[in-house]
Amino acid sequence: MANTELKSHEPTGPIEERWREHKAHQKLTAPHNRRKYKVIIVGSGLAGGAAAASMGEMGYDVHCFCFQDSPRRAHSIAAQGGINAAKNYPNDGDSVYRLFYDTVKGGDFRSRESNVYRLAELSVNIIDQAVAQGVPFAREYGGLLANRSFGGAQVSRTFYARGQTGQQLLLGAYSALSRQIEAGTVKMYPRHSMQDLIVHDGKARGIVTRNLLNGKVEAHVADVVLLCTGGYGNVFYLSTNAMGSNCTAIWQAHKRGAYMANPCYTQIHPTCIPRSGEYQSKLTLMSESLRNDGRVWVPRNKEDVTKDPGKIPEADRYYYLEEKYGSFGNLVPRDVASRNAKYVCDQGLGVGQEVDGERRAVYLDFKTAIERLGKDTIKERYGNLFEMYERITGDDPYETPMRIYPATHYTMGGLWVDYNLQSTIEGLFVGGEANFSDHGANRLGASALMQGLADGYFVLPFTIGDYLSPYQKTGVDLAKLELDDKPVTDAVKEVEARLEKLANAPDPKHSPDYFHRKLGNIIWQYCGMARTAEGLKTALQEIPKLREQFHREVKVTGTADGFNQTLVKAARVADFLELGELMCLDALHREESCGGHFREEHQTEDGEAKRDDENFQYAAAWEWQGVPSSAALHKEHLEFEYVKPTQRSYK
Amino acid sequence: MKTKNLTLNVWRQRSKSDSGRFEKYVAKDVNEHMSFLEMLDVVNEELLEKGEEPIAFDHDCREGICGMCGLVINGYAHGPQERTTACQLHMRKVFELGWDELWIEPWRATSFPVIKDLAVDRSAFDRIMQAGGYISIRTGSPPDANEMPIGKHVADMAMDAAECIGCGACVAACPNASASLFTSAKVSHLGLLPQGQAEREDRVRKMVGQMDAEGFGSCTNHGECEKACPKGISIDWIARMNREFLKAMVTADNEVEERD
Amino acid sequence: MERALTLTKTTIGKKALMALSGVAMLGFVIGHLSGNLKVFAGAEDFNEYAVWLRTMPGLLWGTRIVLLGALAAHMASAFSLWSRNKSARKSRYTKKKDLATDYAAKTMYWSGPILFFYIVFHLVHLTFGGMIFGESAVFGIEGYEWDHSNPYNNMVLGFQHWAVVVPYVLGVVALGVHLFHGIWSAFQTVGLNHTKYNFLRRDLSIALAVFITAGFLSIPVAVLAGWIEPTTQTFFYPELEPS
Repeated sequence: MANTELKSHEPTGPIEERWREHKAHQKLTAPHNRRKYKVIIVGSGLAGGAAAASMGEMGYDVHCFCFQDSPRRAHSIAAQGGINAAKNYPNDGDSVYRLFYDTVKGGDFRSRESNVYRLAELSVNIIDQAVAQGVPFAREYGGLLANRSFGGAQVSRTFYARGQTGQQLLLGAYSALSRQIEAGTVKMYPRHSMQDLIVHDGKARGIVTRNLLNGKVEAHVADVVLLCTGGYGNVFYLSTNAMGSNCTAIWQAHKRGAYMANPCYTQIHPTCIPRSGEYQSKLTLMSESLRNDGRVWVPRNKEDVTKDPGKIPEADRYYYLEEKYGSFGNLVPRDVASRNAKYVCDQGLGVGQEVDGERRAVYLDFKTAIERLGKDTIKERYGNLFEMYERITGDDPYETPMRIYPATHYTMGGLWVDYNLQSTIEGLFVGGEANFSDHGANRLGASALMQGLADGYFVLPFTIGDYLSPYQKTGVDLAKLELDDKPVTDAVKEVEARLEKLANAPDPKHSPDYFHRKLGNIIWQYCGMARTAEGLKTALQEIPKLREQFHREVKVTGTADGFNQTLVKAARVADFLELGELMCLDALHREESCGGHFREEHQTEDGEAKRDDENFQYAAAWEWQGVPSSAALHKEHLEFEYVKPTQRSYK
Repeated sequence: MKTKNLTLNVWRQRSKSDSGRFEKYVAKDVNEHMSFLEMLDVVNEELLEKGEEPIAFDHDCREGICGMCGLVINGYAHGPQERTTACQLHMRKVFELGWDELWIEPWRATSFPVIKDLAVDRSAFDRIMQAGGYISIRTGSPPDANEMPIGKHVADMAMDAAECIGCGACVAACPNASASLFTSAKVSHLGLLPQGQAEREDRVRKMVGQMDAEGFGSCTNHGECEKACPKGISIDWIARMNREFLKAMVTADNEVEERD
Repeated sequence: MERALTLTKTTIGKKALMALSGVAMLGFVIGHLSGNLKVFAGAEDFNEYAVWLRTMPGLLWGTRIVLLGALAAHMASAFSLWSRNKSARKSRYTKKKDLATDYAAKTMYWSGPILFFYIVFHLVHLTFGGMIFGESAVFGIEGYEWDHSNPYNNMVLGFQHWAVVVPYVLGVVALGVHLFHGIWSAFQTVGLNHTKYNFLRRDLSIALAVFITAGFLSIPVAVLAGWIEPTTQTFFYPELEPS
């Protein structure tokens, strides 16, 4: 069934009516019947935690899984900046429509308008919900909620809780989830990692998990499965994601028939602390707000890259963003800032520590700002960030310029879902960063939290309810499936065999990290901030080779039937090694530049991303065909009825 | 760039029932820019190369917010740097102190049984939260967020308490392995806000009841927890919790169930 | 409902009981000290104060009952929490650094028992002294005879001997150390805190601990320095004589 047009099942009619209308016609289940439906939710972050809490509260029999030791530790917790909502409290002309417009435009016209509108519409409910849960958002002296502007938006619509908005929103969802666990409507399975999806009779009916404490591989059967397992940014090895963030759940679902959409759309954040050595395990994000007062530069001459930056005279400094982008200067969007940092480092002008024979960092200098505003003002604005920087690097940013470099931060791609957030496998729903839905080719700041919570609290509970409603009782329409039925026991055996194989490679030589690092290098080099057909083709040759070597030489000590962090890592790397290939395939096929996907062959004379709306105004959804390289492409054509595609310019 | 060889004495324990012991390792060419956990990563990679089992330790975000990591390093929960989690501790701090030999132990508390090596089971914290660490509000039924003004200083205080990351360093550092700081932070966060008033009396009794049922020690006001806390949560919250608890136990019209 | 949560079974309840009983005993200690300082006013004043204590209706037994109750509650809570806290950490740290706690806080489980044994000694000496030693030498000290009607001399003569002074000094120092942490801790335990006034809690506990310790120590110091001497006057109070 290659190259079929995908059906988004989005409602028609005026955009502001669509979600309301759609909800009004959904099928309902009586409260006393809901308990008969078993819902599996994988992931306990903003999307998964919120969905589990809400569906438990509605009365469904919810089983929620996470690999961390507690649902409170999902990586949503690390989001710093804030959450957008079209509340228009500051009275600066914001509206649902404007947030919708900004998000579609910010996504470089590669998202589905109906979804984005719904997201903007629900944003206001999220704030109400969070405040009622006790999320301590920042407030004005009058006691009302404070807002700030974020990510270049022209209105102040970002709500925040110091620099820990993600943490506070997650703790809100976690508290709601805890309440349901206490009430007995949700059963929580921490330290469980999903290893496979059970598909029976064409429908998602359960999952296979590995209990990370004792290594037990177990099946869980249900009526519907929801994946809220986050993004796959760790395919780059180094990213701002948590160490445990992985693609296993979505990748295994993909291999069971769920299409993977736009995997090449990844977001690179321009202001991260650069690598300091080979041992580097992750990259730390520094808030983007730093660019409001910092000036980005590198030395003009290669001889100066090892010099003390304070001793480089003004004339020998290359303020490349200010020189190239007059009107926006240091405040150009994330992708532009990132790409330019790469270019100057490619030219050998990078500064800082030499890692693998290269210097990959640029200066972010606060000297001018300190002279103009005084140290106290700068301290007030960025004190905690400066402290964090000093703790990590040992340098005092008040005295010497910060060194920054871009790092992978978010993945817009993910499992393809329709308007109901249902994947191409019936009964498999996907929420949050794990799906591809709302951000198109680029995500705006402060909108990841918004999407996760909108999906979890307000969309999925209804669309899943609508899906389940016709099956009045398990066994009537849904085929009967028990734990000892063959499809289930087979799935368990398959996982056991897969893990056993990883634990006993024929010629064990290197750690899983060794391969992960190599994969990361390939992806970063060829499918990172700027991509070329040639580079991607190289990657497509190298990745299968690396994968083959991995399965032959990966070394796992300890046993499969116990707490074994090396085995866990190996299983994750195995999946990244496949997903990475599909990512490059997708990037190669998309002969245009848009948002986070920049193909050097497709740029304007000014070096801007050049979209090809005529040929690529679609979401690319890939179907698994046995190996990543033979994936079949399906397209969902994207219509823009409201926000007409334009080319952006920041000159 | 400074590098150094360090002697590590690492607590190795196969499982909960194993008695555990220190094993000596040498971390070679440790670089001052490494984080403490990256130093362990390197040691682990070497152990793996040698065919030995790497040291198990919990960690995830590595940016000091998820609360998953936790090691006692030379007697300090999360290491010697104030307001810093183990994952954010960098080796230059260890170098500064002139430490050549390190003793790395897990959180030690009966209510946090060791899973393996340095990884412990902190599910007791989740159960304390489940007992009442929430405001019972249904999804989709809240009033407008600005309907109830909350003074900026009250919101700020609530946020101070809400910053807790649930890492368990307070329990680890407490001479009695008490969970009072953790519990009081949540009791105070919600108790300070107007939204949290309806359940205030029940919440504090249920959460304290669960805290006791988990077998944590009692608070004897040493203040170790506050110093060890990577988020600087204040022991003022403990006094606040005590006050709320005693008041509720003496004056509340209803009873709450004893938990076990 | 299975069982309702009961205050006395909770850790905070036990701690509060400890704080309240501690405060009751602290009240007694302050009263006791201010009475004892009458020793500086001379034998007559001091002995008449002793008579007053005996003759105030209900005072003696009322105080005794309250104190016995407080002591029992204090010790029972302490013991129960001590054993709980011990089992809350069965495997000890090999290395452990203290960052905030102080000597007084760490030695509560030492200063408490020391104080207890001192109190027993103190009661044996001065409360049951007459009964136990009769008219013979107290603690076998030559020339230290018990005189029911002259509590002043019973005290002052005692402080001329190391066998009385040494336990007394130990007991008083233990009391001071115990109060240094105990008073502050009591504020914390019952939740008497307020950002604006919190600093006063530490100041008050230091002031009280120092005042009480110095006050009690001033008596043996004065005796040993010769500022207070045994009286040669004779007294007879039927209220103080054994019936």
